Amino acid sequence: MAEKVLMKGNEAIAEAALLAGCRHYFGYPITPQTEIAAYMAKRMPKIGGTFLQAESEIAAINMVYGVASAGYRVMTSSSSPGISLKGEGLSYLAGSDLPALVVNVQRGGPGLGGIQPSQSDYFQATRGAGHGDFHMIVLAPASVQEMAELTVKGFELADTYRMTSMILADGTMGQMMEPVALDLEVKPAPEKPWATNGTKMQRPHNIVNSLSLIPDELEQLNFARYERYRVVEENETMYEEYMMDDAEICIAAFGIAARVSKNAINEARRQGIKVGMIRPITLWPFPKAVFRRAADHVKTFISVELSMGQMIEDVRLATECKAPVLLCNRVGGMILSPEQVLEAIQNAAKNGGAN
Amino acid sequence: MSTKQMLFSGFGGQGILFAGKFIAYKGLIDEKQVSWLPSYGPEMRGGTASCSVIVSDDAVGSPIVSKPDVLIAMNLPSLDKFEDNVAPGGMIIADSTLIERKVKRDDVKVFYVPATRLASENGMPTLANMIIVGKLLKELDDFNEDSVNSSLKKVISAKHADMMEVNLKAMRIGAEC
Repeated sequence: MAEKVLMKGNEAIAEAALLAGCRHYFGYPITPQTEIAAYMAKRMPKIGGTFLQAESEIAAINMVYGVASAGYRVMTSSSSPGISLKGEGLSYLAGSDLPALVVNVQRGGPGLGGIQPSQSDYFQATRGAGHGDFHMIVLAPASVQEMAELTVKGFELADTYRMTSMILADGTMGQMMEPVALDLEVKPAPEKPWATNGTKMQRPHNIVNSLSLIPDELEQLNFARYERYRVVEENETMYEEYMMDDAEICIAAFGIAARVSKNAINEARRQGIKVGMIRPITLWPFPKAVFRRAADHVKTFISVELSMGQMIEDVRLATECKAPVLLCNRVGGMILSPEQVLEAIQNAAKNGGAN
Repeated sequence: MSTKQMLFSGFGGQGILFAGKFIAYKGLIDEKQVSWLPSYGPEMRGGTASCSVIVSDDAVGSPIVSKPDVLIAMNLPSLDKFEDNVAPGGMIIADSTLIERKVKRDDVKVFYVPATRLASENGMPTLANMIIVGKLLKELDDFNEDSVNSSLKKVISAKHADMMEVNLKAMRIGAEC
């Protein structure tokens, strides 16, 4: 393994993107993800890439659309309000079946909100990033190492399925430093015969477009896209199980909330409470099957989130109401303490969740 | 299992984040699990800049230090803000040049280091942070010159390699306090 270095999560994303062969970055500064742009501004010119600070988030996502059309690995990054601005572009990327990587280092909302960490863009990322029927592959890192690894993975999945991959992080994950090994395995980008990269007078013109005025053709496009999504759901779901073997209480948490929950679970286990965690790594596709299996032996689920309760809906859907799903949360930039999660676990245990 | 949760705090510009980063790198070089998390945003432009550093034998869970085993307070607002949070039996190191009051807690170890004055007297006015770090390492019984040197190389860029020696000197001054 390569020597580990200390890096901020934001920097790890940027460096991993370069390792993945991304040579085009477009963005507009916003806390708490500005280190990504700063890193790209420093590095891209030195390796023959493009760093461009666009005049707005909307411009940046449309520049991404352009480069993605030409078949190159490309990314943008922002934080919550900036991602909302990119919504139209995300829908157009989906409508044109273009691969791209978008990073959202979330902050508290809605509106301009604050600049402290949050996970309240879960619905936006997994349900409604823009208009129309579409999904993005949503990856939720819980360590700086994963920030790097999932960035590479995000590019690969985007290319494989011609989708947008989103890294859904938060201010804590972006700002924290941890040891990271950057000897990442990168698969070469696949051929992109659809790319608008010049015919060289040897093939018909490629057209990348999301406009389709004939309803039955547009319907077929949607069907075909959702068939691809089904394959993603089948093959690309990722999660981590922690102490789930004998768990009677199951925490559902991703990103920073999962980190905090681990402390609480370790303490609860010392107190003899049978608690574990399922940590979704892909938020879309959501790891439904593992939750459904867990519902056979888990008495209570607790969704631990930095939101008013968004992922909890997916947990309820996946567990088919076989067991109660409680919410343990903070919002607005406040972060859960391990003590708060421990208390939720203890209460669940007291109320018959576990003995 | 051993886990040290540390909180470094002071004014922006005192090298708080740098001191924390140094300790995190030292943990990494000593083959520990580490995390470093800065405060960011408007609070940095007010009274206190701070960073959470965790050095542990086990994987680090939450990177947020809310009940520090070690509090480094380099100004009064920091001591006011964090003193009550220190874990009982923990440690507070205060820059007594800038903090005139005494620590109120009687269930923690307290060390007063006139770091800002010592830094200025020794011609290294920007290194009060590393004097404090020297004291911290001594009190943790962790002042190993080999790993200190390797860690300094990690946090001081090649461009500023001439600062290595004076940083080491600052830490030695702190360790002798």
